[in-house]
Amino acid sequence: MPLVCEAGRAGLSLGGGEGAEGWAAALGRRLRAGDRGAAPAALNLVEDRSPGGREGAAALLAEVSPTALGGEAPAHLVGVTGPPGAGKSSLLAELVSAWRARGRTVAVLAVDPSSKRSGGSLLGDRARIDHDPADDGVLIRSTATAGRLGGLAAPTRTAALTLASAFEVVVVESVGVGQSETEIEELCDTVAVVVQPGSGDTLQFLKAGIMEVPDLLVVTKADLGDVARRARRELEGALRSLGAAQTPVLSVSSLSPAQGIDELVAAIDAHRTGLDVRSVRVRARRLAAVSAFAAEHGERGLRGLGGRRAAERVVAELDPGLEVQALVAALESAGRGTR
Amino acid sequence: MGETLPHRLPEPDRPWVMRTYAGHSTARDSNALYRRNLAKGQTGLSIAFDLPTQTGYDPDHELSRGEVGKTGVSIAHKGDMHRLLDGIPLDEMNTSMTINATAAWLLALYLVTAEENGVDRGALQGTTQNDIIKEFLSRGTYAFPPGPSMRLIADTIAFTVDEVPRWNPINICSYHLQEAGATPVQEIAYAMSTAHAVLDAVRERVDPATFPRVFGRISFFVNAGIRFLEEHAKLRALAELWEALGRERYGVTDEKYLRLRYGVQVNSLGLTEAQPENNVIRIVLEALAVTLGRDARARAIQLPAWNEALGLPRPWDQQWSLRIQQILALETDLLEYPDVFEGSKVMDGLVAELVEGTRAEMAIVAEHGGAVEAVPYMKTQLVESHRERVARIERGELKVVGQNVFTDAGPSPLQEGEDGGIMRVDPEVERGQIEAVRRWRSSDRDAGAVAAALDDLRLTAREESANLMPATIACAHAGVTTGEWAGALRDAFGEYRAPTGVSDAASTSEDGSLVALRERVEEVSEALGRRLKILVGKPGLDGHSNGAEQIAVRARDAGMDVVYEGIRLTPRRIAQAAVQEGVHVVGLSILSGSHRELIPDVLRYLREASGGKNGSDAPTVPVVVGGIIPESDARELLAAGVARVYTPKDFEITRIMSDIVELVAWRAGAPGPTAAATLAAPPRVAPRL
Ligand code: B12
Ligand SMILES: Nc1nc2c(ncn2[C@@H]2O[C@H](COP(=O)(O)OP(=O)(O)OP(=O)(O)O)[C@@H](O)[C@H]2O)c(=O)[nH]1
Ligand SMILES: [Mg+2]
Repeated sequence: MPLVCEAGRAGLSLGGGEGAEGWAAALGRRLRAGDRGAAPAALNLVEDRSPGGREGAAALLAEVSPTALGGEAPAHLVGVTGPPGAGKSSLLAELVSAWRARGRTVAVLAVDPSSKRSGGSLLGDRARIDHDPADDGVLIRSTATAGRLGGLAAPTRTAALTLASAFEVVVVESVGVGQSETEIEELCDTVAVVVQPGSGDTLQFLKAGIMEVPDLLVVTKADLGDVARRARRELEGALRSLGAAQTPVLSVSSLSPAQGIDELVAAIDAHRTGLDVRSVRVRARRLAAVSAFAAEHGERGLRGLGGRRAAERVVAELDPGLEVQALVAALESAGRGTR
Repeated sequence: MGETLPHRLPEPDRPWVMRTYAGHSTARDSNALYRRNLAKGQTGLSIAFDLPTQTGYDPDHELSRGEVGKTGVSIAHKGDMHRLLDGIPLDEMNTSMTINATAAWLLALYLVTAEENGVDRGALQGTTQNDIIKEFLSRGTYAFPPGPSMRLIADTIAFTVDEVPRWNPINICSYHLQEAGATPVQEIAYAMSTAHAVLDAVRERVDPATFPRVFGRISFFVNAGIRFLEEHAKLRALAELWEALGRERYGVTDEKYLRLRYGVQVNSLGLTEAQPENNVIRIVLEALAVTLGRDARARAIQLPAWNEALGLPRPWDQQWSLRIQQILALETDLLEYPDVFEGSKVMDGLVAELVEGTRAEMAIVAEHGGAVEAVPYMKTQLVESHRERVARIERGELKVVGQNVFTDAGPSPLQEGEDGGIMRVDPEVERGQIEAVRRWRSSDRDAGAVAAALDDLRLTAREESANLMPATIACAHAGVTTGEWAGALRDAFGEYRAPTGVSDAASTSEDGSLVALRERVEEVSEALGRRLKILVGKPGLDGHSNGAEQIAVRARDAGMDVVYEGIRLTPRRIAQAAVQEGVHVVGLSILSGSHRELIPDVLRYLREASGGKNGSDAPTVPVVVGGIIPESDARELLAAGVARVYTPKDFEITRIMSDIVELVAWRAGAPGPTAAATLAAPPRVAPRL
């Protein structure tokens, strides 16, 4: 028999109640003002699927929309993806500290798969991303895919776009090989595909054109020596034959003493320079809205709009400054109109 | 001497070395304890160090909080070692030190203490445990990444084989693997694979002519569980495999070097909190497993005590366990016969099964690239085996008398005393040690010599081919502290976080109550707006991960999102993770006895993080605690704002989970369980305090 204390029934649910939307909007304003302490609560809201939660999220998002911000959030959205165990999280630990050393604030959204059988998950990335817990310039949030394909969890895109208002770098880590990194590409300004030496899948997918050429390729575990060098040469060869020789391939080690991290930071920065952030973000929001709509209303809902392409056309005609939830709402009312 | 009979020994064997794993508080207190134990007939020393000493932190380090002098003695420098060994004849004593990541350091302190007392190194006898792989897999007191850790092991072996020839520089441990849930096959397969890895590493660092002697210096530290006949077979299998390894892989031919030498601590995982008096019977039977057959009899034995699952043993409890050994060796006829299992079909059959199984499992480890590379694989296997063991106890398939059968019993008079039947370490010891180490650093040594010794250590560390022992001994001489020695090496080598084994662990087999619980989790998640999310946290230096791992895996299998970062996190990091991750409940696990310091710390950081919004003492997120928590402490924790306290007698994990789900639901104002869920997994009706 456990010992029990019955104090503290709090009534934590935010759903609907008086002032909930005001509270949510206030959270959004805090984020906009750069108050990173508001981020965890904001993420709770963005993940909340209850009707009350969705209303709250809408109120919050309105406060961090490009319209409210007066332009796109300046954050750099970085995607880190690759096969399981490639060394993504360990690399992120190094990247986070390198960015912090340069004075940039960083939010990491780590996505792990859920168990098919139970629906639950073990979120293991956080453990590998060593960081100083006293530093409020770093936030790490783990979410599970809950059975979604595409590499991201349902709220990841909205979460990333929300955090972009308060952090200078927002990184998304997801597991992916082959085609499953489409979503991360749609969302992020810069995508690095991370592979470990000796894992041929990525090379094969790349050669076979199953996988799109990423912005950057990173070979981890450089400390392993020859195998790592060979992996790098093979990837460079494959890129050359695909006519993408300009795509940087970098070699890193996250084991102490870490190697190649400064070069990677520079390559990630270089990719962002000259990028039309506005159009990347507008596209990210629109695709996120279509996918959120599909998650909520299923294929059937999409068909009601005339299919995915049609849905994409609907959002393409809307104000580019609208945030995701507003776009979803627009899709929903378009759906009602056609029914 | 008369005629020799085949079923009798001409002369009874000498008893094994009898030890008691002991040490707590300060060096002075532990010294007094050792002298008393020796007076009671103990024939060797076995030193328990506290967790800061084992992990390379000084008493005033943030992570040492709550652990200084708790589960062992705090040794911060050679002054402490002198006091610890005061008056003990080092040239006659056989001293076993349970020390791993910092083994090279404690060995250096021992050598320097002997030297300063005029005792020759060549006369020293004893053991440093020094097996880092099982630290990554089970025991948790590692400090450096695998590569440099293996180098430290190889260096101590290469050094002692010539300089301290009677020392056992390493005890390859299977003991801790069984304690983490290993099956007999896994236990010996992983220990043998570790032996491989260690011997390969040393081979590169010693002269080939010396190598057979190195092989002969390797000893084992094993476990014996309650299935004592199979356990005895396991030791015979180990002896067979060890000899084969020596001959086949390393070309050792000298019989003397090929003989398996091992020490034992018997199983503690199976010792229960419920009806703790029964544990004495378990301990006796397990002791038989390692003494019955002469061909695989232990060289040294230490036994746990009846109150193992309650808390630390008092001197009297340890005395009782020492008496078990003495009665076995001196009153029974055990030592009068040759091997009693020779020619036994049953024994030979069991041994053959185990040898075959072990070879197959060793092949898998080899495919992963050997023991070092296979750590993540082996860890996951252990978590899975333990999950099976726990599930079988829950289902009643594995009978544990007093716990899941014959639970009706009278109260145990053994627990009636004022101390509740356990030893408690005075919390003031920590403050005293903090002041003492600060004094040592500022006034008791030559700062220049210290800086020079540490500089040299750092340089040596960077030079891969150099042996670290001489520089380490120079540090010990100069008065360097444990934290400074390990700190310099952490700077050079970096740090490491071992795999948790939980992510890849397959799920629990389905049963009705788990399925019902899953439905309830869905229902509550729906009400919460997102999936029920739990953080399982291990604050401080405590490395007991079994409970946290099984809770984490079961929570996932019940449908929750689970954040588990492994052992050795600061309270601040746990609170920060809880907030950033937006979890609905925080579950903390502490078994090492630092709960009175660390749980309130976590609560405080959580409260600060939530801005003290809800006006009560309880943090916004409910916090539950599990582990070795004496009842009076549990009441204090509840008063401080903890919602639930679970201890080993709450062995039904699905029930614990269901209790937590209802706690979250209730806190969030969600509706109670539906009839269906209630039937299959009744929430606990718990008394209000
Ligand atoms: C197994 C074990 C070990 C293994 C640990 C392997 C591992 N990876 O976990 C090994 C052999 C490595 C080990 C080592 C040590 N041990 Co030990 N060990 C035990 C032992 C025998 C069993 C613990 C166990 O795993 N039980 C099985 C699990 C499933 O049960 P559990 O953790 O209790 O969890 C249950 C509940 O408590 C609860 N629960 C626990 N955590 C949580 C968390 C949440 C969120 C919830 C909801 C519930 C919950 O639910 C679980 C389900 O039933 C106990 C004594 C005992 N019989 O309990 C001593 C014990 C805990 N060890 C002890 C000591 C001192 C040590 C050492 C520190 C000794 C030393 N000086 O070096 C070392 C070092 C370890 C370290 N780094 O911290 C002491 C602690 C003394 C104290 N509290 O005052 C004990 C009590 C033994 C004793 N009497 O001396 N140990
Ligand atoms: N030798 C070496 N090992 C590394 C390096 N980086 C990571 N590892 C190891 O590779 C394993 C996987 O590392 P993670 O960082 O968890 O990899 P990941 O890609 O995030 O894994 P998932 O999130 O599970 O897909 C761990 O055992 C790391 O210790 C490296 O640079 N060198
Ligand atoms: Mg990862």
